[in-house]
Amino acid sequence: MANLVPVAKTAGANKIVPTISIPYPLGDPATTEKEQWDLRYHRVGVALDALTADVKEQTVFKVRI
Amino acid sequence: MKKIIVYLNQFFGQIGGEDKADFKPEIQEGLVGPSMEFDRQIKNGTVTHTIICGDNYMGSNEEQAVEEILGFLEGKEFDLFIAGPAFQAGRYGNACGVISLAVKKKFNVPVISSMHIENPGVEMFKKEMIIFPGGKSAAAMRKDIKKIAKYADKILTGEKLGTAEEEGYYTRSIRHQVWREDKVCAADRMVDMLLKKINGEPFETELPIPKMDRVPVATPVADLSKAKIAMLTTGGIVPIENPDRIQSASATRWGKYDISGMERLEGGVFKTIHAGYDPAAADANPNVCMPIDAMRAYEKEGKIGELYKYFYSTVGTGTTQGEAARMGKEIVAELIEAGVDAVIMTST
Repeated sequence: MANLVPVAKTAGANKIVPTISIPYPLGDPATTEKEQWDLRYHRVGVALDALTADVKEQTVFKVRI
Repeated sequence: MKKIIVYLNQFFGQIGGEDKADFKPEIQEGLVGPSMEFDRQIKNGTVTHTIICGDNYMGSNEEQAVEEILGFLEGKEFDLFIAGPAFQAGRYGNACGVISLAVKKKFNVPVISSMHIENPGVEMFKKEMIIFPGGKSAAAMRKDIKKIAKYADKILTGEKLGTAEEEGYYTRSIRHQVWREDKVCAADRMVDMLLKKINGEPFETELPIPKMDRVPVATPVADLSKAKIAMLTTGGIVPIENPDRIQSASATRWGKYDISGMERLEGGVFKTIHAGYDPAAADANPNVCMPIDAMRAYEKEGKIGELYKYFYSTVGTGTTQGEAARMGKEIVAELIEAGVDAVIMTST
């Protein structure tokens, strides 16, 4: 789970889930607690599903929130 | 006199440190920080403007940042664009590469940067632009600027430019057709190399194959609801007393921390020691970097079998790839031993 997706690719990560920033990858403190939680819960869920995905090459998984 | 525009991050642009890393792009007339040294060392050009942008702003709002900066440059006359030097700062290297390529594409002017070989920006951008090898930190500023300045003068005066090896920048893997001065044909050169190889003598290939350090994709987890998942981070989340004394930058140590019985990571109990980003958000709520709360929720729902009782942490900023690989191997050995099926790693 990374904000700088191009760096994650260069470093060789095979499954990449984008996060939203460097100081707060999974919850912008300028938004409400609920919004932060929704985003974090969603993106961690995408990462968990990614663990079960059968990919053949580096893949950036799509997030909705 | 030819005109040069320089790009700097918030730190070298003298706006501030990590707390200003969200600084929106700005253009200033004249010289700021390293621009002065560029102006002094480049004999055939003058630095007219300096663009400053926060590294996090570029990292998190790339499209917007690039658009704003290209907007500043619209209608300005310039013959050369220099970004950096970025030393070993990964986010700065990323920013220098992103903006240089955008400027090159839109205005068709030469672009140059400088980065330490361990800066991920080198791998990301060296194929598409000229990047000179630079020092690890700002202590190398003058030396790094000197290399750029020398080459800049050649570009600005239209002097004949040599190959990457001759000029000293990172090779771009571009093949040129050239007439060799020694006029030895390829077949002769090849047979010479072959003979040297057979005799066990050293020889220099004319076509180096770039070494790709790729990890095979792990076998997918078959049943998540039975899997034991571990959490790792390079975001420097540790108990507030930092018991393993993990360094805030250029880390060589990692730690593992017991989260048994914890529903989430509490601020005041855990914090970040990462010196490469503003710690305010992660200190207040460490779950924004190490999402133990969300993992617990999935554990309760039964989506995963079990959250492994330790999370692992180190600091990614300035950490060499060599040290990172070693720490990774040490951690993986423990995880395999503990029967962990898969990991999620968060980075900042």
